[in-house]
Amino acid sequence: MLNIKKDQKDDKLTIALNGKLDTMTSPQLEEEISGCLEGISELVLDLAGLEYISSAGLRVILSMQKIMNRSGEMRVIHVNEVIQDIFDVTGFSDILTIA
Amino acid sequence: MPELRVQALTANIAEITDFIDSHLEEADCPLKAQTQIDIAVDEICSNISFYAYGPEKGDILVNYDYDPDTRLCTITFSDSGIPFDPLAVKEPDTTVPVEERDIGGMGIFLVRKTMDQVSYEYKDGMNHLTIQKKI
Repeated sequence: MLNIKKDQKDDKLTIALNGKLDTMTSPQLEEEISGCLEGISELVLDLAGLEYISSAGLRVILSMQKIMNRSGEMRVIHVNEVIQDIFDVTGFSDILTIA
Repeated sequence: MPELRVQALTANIAEITDFIDSHLEEADCPLKAQTQIDIAVDEICSNISFYAYGPEKGDILVNYDYDPDTRLCTITFSDSGIPFDPLAVKEPDTTVPVEERDIGGMGIFLVRKTMDQVSYEYKDGMNHLTIQKKI
């Protein structure tokens, strides 16, 4: 299960994820972000409530990063140990700005 | 040895995860190892669901085994679909820039990085992928 909470102030958008970002839930996030990143110059992805992420979730995060590379910046915050390990072994740590 | 058979559909991955988790909890598995195993279940079962049977329907058979002396957990995923060795897939290049990144093969790569041992066998008309992790 995945809960997605969006909080927008002007051109800054925070997306907070709660639950699991896996094969079943990743399409949900993909759908949520489609179109809503337009005009956003600062995107914050808050993973405080995210238990785990599989490659299906990495795909969506990668596409978010690619969109934001063109139109602004993206930061990933509150990354837990398991998810940090996954970012490290996949090379995502070098791609993402993890604060 | 506990065993679960479900239809190979992504909608059934949660049932497989619950089955595995209930046994891992019985074995007092640390949360980190359990999470890594859950991710492996997602990667392996989504691959089988998407690719093993083409347009036809088939099953995923999951076998769980745990040795309390060595704390080694062994899980085998079997399907009777197209013969496919995921371990023969070239590892992704994790050093290429983000814009050029092709994410194919990332799932099984993650499994290999987080499990102690991953092995594949094609036997009696079935694919058998086994993961092992000391918990």
